[in-house]
Amino acid sequence: MSYVIEGTTGPWEVVIGLEVHAQVLSRAKLFSGAPTAFGAEPNSQVSFVDAGFPGMLPVINRECVAQAVRTGLGLNAEIHLWSRFDRKNYFYADLPQGYQISQYAYPIVGRGSVEIELSDGTRRKVGITRLHLEQDAGKSLHDQHPTKSFIDLNRSGVALMEIVSEPDMRSPEEAGAYLAKLRQILRYLGTCDGNMEEGSLRADVNVSVRRPGEGFRTRCEVKNVNSIRFVMQAVEAEARRQIEVWEQGGTVEQETRLFDTARGLTRSMRSKEDAHDYRYFPDPDLPPLVLDAAWVEGLRAALPELPDARRARYMRDFGLSAYDAGVLTAEREIADYFEAVAAGRDPKQAANWVMGDLFAALNRTKRDIIDPPVSAADLGALLDLMADGTLSGKLAKEVFEAMVDTGRPPAAIVEERGLRQVTDAGAIEAAVEAVLAANADKVAEYRAGKEKLFGFFVGQVMKAMAGKGNPALVNEALRRRLGRPEV
Amino acid sequence: MSLDQATVRRVAALARIRLSDADLPRVQGELNAILGWIEQLQAVDTEGVEPMAGGAPEGAAPMPMREDVVTEGGIADLILANAPDREGDYFAVPKVVE
Repeated sequence: MSYVIEGTTGPWEVVIGLEVHAQVLSRAKLFSGAPTAFGAEPNSQVSFVDAGFPGMLPVINRECVAQAVRTGLGLNAEIHLWSRFDRKNYFYADLPQGYQISQYAYPIVGRGSVEIELSDGTRRKVGITRLHLEQDAGKSLHDQHPTKSFIDLNRSGVALMEIVSEPDMRSPEEAGAYLAKLRQILRYLGTCDGNMEEGSLRADVNVSVRRPGEGFRTRCEVKNVNSIRFVMQAVEAEARRQIEVWEQGGTVEQETRLFDTARGLTRSMRSKEDAHDYRYFPDPDLPPLVLDAAWVEGLRAALPELPDARRARYMRDFGLSAYDAGVLTAEREIADYFEAVAAGRDPKQAANWVMGDLFAALNRTKRDIIDPPVSAADLGALLDLMADGTLSGKLAKEVFEAMVDTGRPPAAIVEERGLRQVTDAGAIEAAVEAVLAANADKVAEYRAGKEKLFGFFVGQVMKAMAGKGNPALVNEALRRRLGRPEV
Repeated sequence: MSLDQATVRRVAALARIRLSDADLPRVQGELNAILGWIEQLQAVDTEGVEPMAGGAPEGAAPMPMREDVVTEGGIADLILANAPDREGDYFAVPKVVE
């Protein structure tokens, strides 16, 4: 089922490639010891290296290199044991060095791939061309003063991974699925927090259109799109614009464009006379980056289980549906929580509680899986209380709500509130007798054939026992008692 | 190889160096002298020699690395000390909007 846009002169295919900038998770910057935390006071996280002071020398952060290698391994990509940093030269007020230290001809990571899944269940591979390490620039604020721009260099020198895909995507959905998958892998690996609102992950979207079966036509680059939804919208808007240009007899010019999220259109960003000439050359401050193969293998051995593998394992070992396994592995933290609950217990029951009651509680309390109102250990203990007959399913829900409200473990709540399920046959029979005696008319109706009244009796007995009667035993006692002729 | 005046103008523009028309022939001459010297270097036979990425032979000086530890920051006043203009702890520059 391929995606085409019908123009006025026939169908068009869309060709999409993404360049994703992912901020490396590290304490310090790529080439300095200044911190990377988001939202600090302006220019408080800047070293002399980051500010481009004369005579300062960059020294690379080993962890940033490791994060790039881990990401490469997670993308099934070649790791280049020999790579090199080049200077990318351009002038901008938030680039104090006058160049960005980047990798050009010799990136640290080469070809790899990502598998995406579409809503109709089809899976396909998107090729990764390369991943390289580079410095982020500072931040400009243009709206604080009528005639001045304000510059904050806190981001200057923070490590970025630029991850370039092949032009393998053919629809907005595929572009969105690719970015979502890439984000999920990065978050599983712990190499990028994937926070698109804070700009930790942003995409440049390359779009071109063509007639089915044709070679590639000229592409345009839509810069700095910062959500998955906007990527999908930008692809469609840009494709429609290009189709209109071609159909009116024009020619699409290669250029950089911006996506106007309010209007849902792309617009041209740079004029042609400013055409880029970055004059890359090897950075003389940095020798080549040579990695030890054994070190790379050590990183490979320590990689966490990735989402696809984890999902497949949940389906295979736990018998979960593809959908449930997908939901539970969407985030590493959710999967970790689920596995802690499921350990040694019924995985399907654990899955139902996590996806049902826990997710509802997270929503209601506006908390997340990192800081849940009920710990995995406590939820597991609650399941144990159901398994050993202390709690009925109904009582367990009640206990769970109390756990959400108080943060206390289930056993303590059961004790405090006397919620222990009543399994004592004598107590149940006494309640049954009392209910039947008080509803002699209904009993007569039931005996006359109105069998659906059985549910009414169960409800009355449970009510009389404050909801604590063991439902199976109550049913059994009622059936036995109603089966006898006399009341 | 020699640079024509249009190329010299373009290189100057990329480097944000303002050249007057009067400066152009002098700068053109200087740059072409440098290129002439590079041409002399290119006469050396480097067949079979690996290109160098820096000033030291490969392996002579492995890239030094730092650990991922915060050791700097918190010196906004020193960072801003040479700024021609500032607003609070921001650098202030003439408005640049694309």
